[in-house]
Amino acid sequence: MEELKAIVEALIFASPEPLTMKALCKVLASEPKEDVQLALDSLKLDYEQPGGLQLIDIAGGMQIVTRTDLNEWVRRLFHERKTTKLSVQALETLAVIAYRQPVTSTEIAEIRGVNTSGVLATLMERKLVKIAGRKQVVGRPFLYATTREFLMRFGLNDLGDLPKVEDMADLLGFDLSTALSEPMPADQMLPLEVPGEEAVGTAASPDEMMPAAEPAEAAGTGGEKIH
Amino acid sequence: MSPTSPTGIEFEPSPDAYSVSLEHFSGPLDLLIHLIKKNEVNIYDIPIAFITAQYLEYIGLMQELDLDLAGEFLVMAATLIHIKSRMLLPRPDPLQDDDEEDPREALINRLLEYQKYKAAASLLHERETLRSAQWQRPDQRVAGIAGDEYETEVEVDLFSLMAAFRTVLDRAQQRPRMVLPAEQVSIEDRIEQLLGRLSETDACGFEDLFDDVNSRPALIVTFLALLEMIRLRLVRVFQAGMFGTIRVYKRPKPAENAG
Repeated sequence: MEELKAIVEALIFASPEPLTMKALCKVLASEPKEDVQLALDSLKLDYEQPGGLQLIDIAGGMQIVTRTDLNEWVRRLFHERKTTKLSVQALETLAVIAYRQPVTSTEIAEIRGVNTSGVLATLMERKLVKIAGRKQVVGRPFLYATTREFLMRFGLNDLGDLPKVEDMADLLGFDLSTALSEPMPADQMLPLEVPGEEAVGTAASPDEMMPAAEPAEAAGTGGEKIH
Repeated sequence: MSPTSPTGIEFEPSPDAYSVSLEHFSGPLDLLIHLIKKNEVNIYDIPIAFITAQYLEYIGLMQELDLDLAGEFLVMAATLIHIKSRMLLPRPDPLQDDDEEDPREALINRLLEYQKYKAAASLLHERETLRSAQWQRPDQRVAGIAGDEYETEVEVDLFSLMAAFRTVLDRAQQRPRMVLPAEQVSIEDRIEQLLGRLSETDACGFEDLFDDVNSRPALIVTFLALLEMIRLRLVRVFQAGMFGTIRVYKRPKPAENAG
């Protein structure tokens, strides 16, 4: 048992990417699954002891990383590459996509109140956002979704890990409990809603992901609905 | 309606009212949220006339300061004025109109919706910071190890370049080929494309030059374009240590005399 635990630890350490359960079990196919799970649980318990490292779940896999509060020390070891930070606009757009995916550029623009295309290009370049299909409506606009890189960058294990509405109450400054007569969009936000017509995760049919030019969408957001 | 003389509203625009950098608003909704919070009004019962006046004042200031005013800001101005006018009109017969709609309702919903995502963005940023405090092996952020003599980048020679190119070719062979019509790009055009790409970042990794093409001819054209750019003194290429990553730097104009 100890040996199996050691093997699991070695595998997680050696893996340059977070190690998924699937990959782990594949390597350890000769062992009964329950044993692997037990070894893993025991290993996780060990890593909860104070030390320099921690075992985290990230982007659907497991990874051994340095303890968060030791950052200042670890940083001194390196010459760091300069990374450009994401702008406020980019973060807001990313937030909309993260919670509403899959979502079209127009839908993002409606929520944010500004045109979105430049920011989208940046996010795609940084591999945080990808095209996940086309919406089956007139114009067949692209649908956007977040990527695995997004999960990695923001320390999320999966989309269910996104911060919940309740956690945001302080930041919002408004009392969410007093609702207007209409049901608040809050209900639709979390956990991740998957509308019926999207194509995320399902096998892309041949006519999706066509390399055609993106259909012209209404620039700007003039569409304020006045009842 | 003059933005500087709102009717019936008395307020003193003090110097520090505009101390917030105007260009930090990521849109009209952002600006409105700011005004609502700053004036401590109830978002569920927005005093439309007042907020509209404040909003128009800001827009006027942005225009005076010659800041780039996106169309959306003006659309919102029109929206606010429209809502305000609807609020001023006498209400239609309550017996006729079964759902007495508050003309502000749509806007309030939009603001609350937007505000949620703004808060979410803030939380995501925190998560990002937290995550960046965790280091893994290997970590892509590492450019070199302190304490060791940091291997300064050395200008790269042709053989190292060719070796690196060989790696790119090999890797491309392993990738599944996309069946696309082969486009014939000339070396001159490719040079322009690469320069365009470098103009945004001033430097990029050797392999990044190849990431938008897939076919063997295109890869070769790219490599030849790079060699030509070196010859024409448009770029310089450095490598960290003997087998480090190779980076391509755009030369500042005019071309340096050294090297």
